[in-house]
Amino acid sequence: MITLGHMLTLSAILFALSVAGIFLNRKNVLLLLMCIELLMLSANFNFVAFARYLGRLDGQIFVFFVLTVAAAESAIGLAIIVVLFRERRSINVEQLDRLKG
Amino acid sequence: MLPLILFYSFATVLVAAGLGVILSRNPVHSALSLVLCFFTSAVLWLLIEAEFLAIVLALVYVGAVMVLFLFVIMMLDIDLEELRRGFTRYAWLGALTAALVVLEVAGVVLTRKLGIDVTRGAAPLPEGYSNTRELGALLYGVYAYPLEIAAMLLLVAIVAAIALTLRHRQGLKVQNISRQVGARASERVRLVKMDAEDRK
Repeated sequence: MITLGHMLTLSAILFALSVAGIFLNRKNVLLLLMCIELLMLSANFNFVAFARYLGRLDGQIFVFFVLTVAAAESAIGLAIIVVLFRERRSINVEQLDRLKG
Repeated sequence: MLPLILFYSFATVLVAAGLGVILSRNPVHSALSLVLCFFTSAVLWLLIEAEFLAIVLALVYVGAVMVLFLFVIMMLDIDLEELRRGFTRYAWLGALTAALVVLEVAGVVLTRKLGIDVTRGAAPLPEGYSNTRELGALLYGVYAYPLEIAAMLLLVAIVAAIALTLRHRQGLKVQNISRQVGARASERVRLVKMDAEDRK
């Protein structure tokens, strides 16, 4: 029988993987966005698991909204990347220093 | 027993695909691994009887968001070698953070102070239970206003994405719709009264 612990452990492993991915691919904006998608997926895992094991559906509703926000985020993020590439011919994070931040 | 075997096999695939996302040399391979991640997650959600969200994940993510990612990756001419340089420089920090995250979550799960027994299975659902129907009742009942806000957010995202990537090129021949619609017959056609002329 699949228990709550199984799901939580799997989601923790997935979360850790995506955090490590953010460190590894810190130069590539596209991969950073993908790692964030993976991170949100692991958070969604927790919501779905708790919704199922506590017998309340509100967690699944929340996943629905998280999916909506994630879709909006990736659409705008990719649009920004396209504009960025047109300007600089590169998506290297290290070269994004125009704001002098 | 069968659900557990399925869970472990798909969890293995999921973790392997996650590793593929963060480690592969080519962004296209990363995106395809992410697609595999979403598919296996959908299967795992099916296993714990969250059918609607599993289908939504497969349709919305694999069908829309990941296709968008692939389009963008293939449209941009990226210098991969430059982006890969120094890949393992902060690998130790990443591994450390990942290990810390796992330890923290394991600590939370194992201390058993949540008031939830994590070793227990889910209560079986009643016969004729429809996940989609229950979610719909909640979504269009209790969560009706949040749903509208989410719809508004998507609209804003569409407008923002289009406004960001819209480009006006000089010297391009385009239609001016308002001038077309606002055209009057009196401005275009001039009726001239004159006598018929003889053919020579």
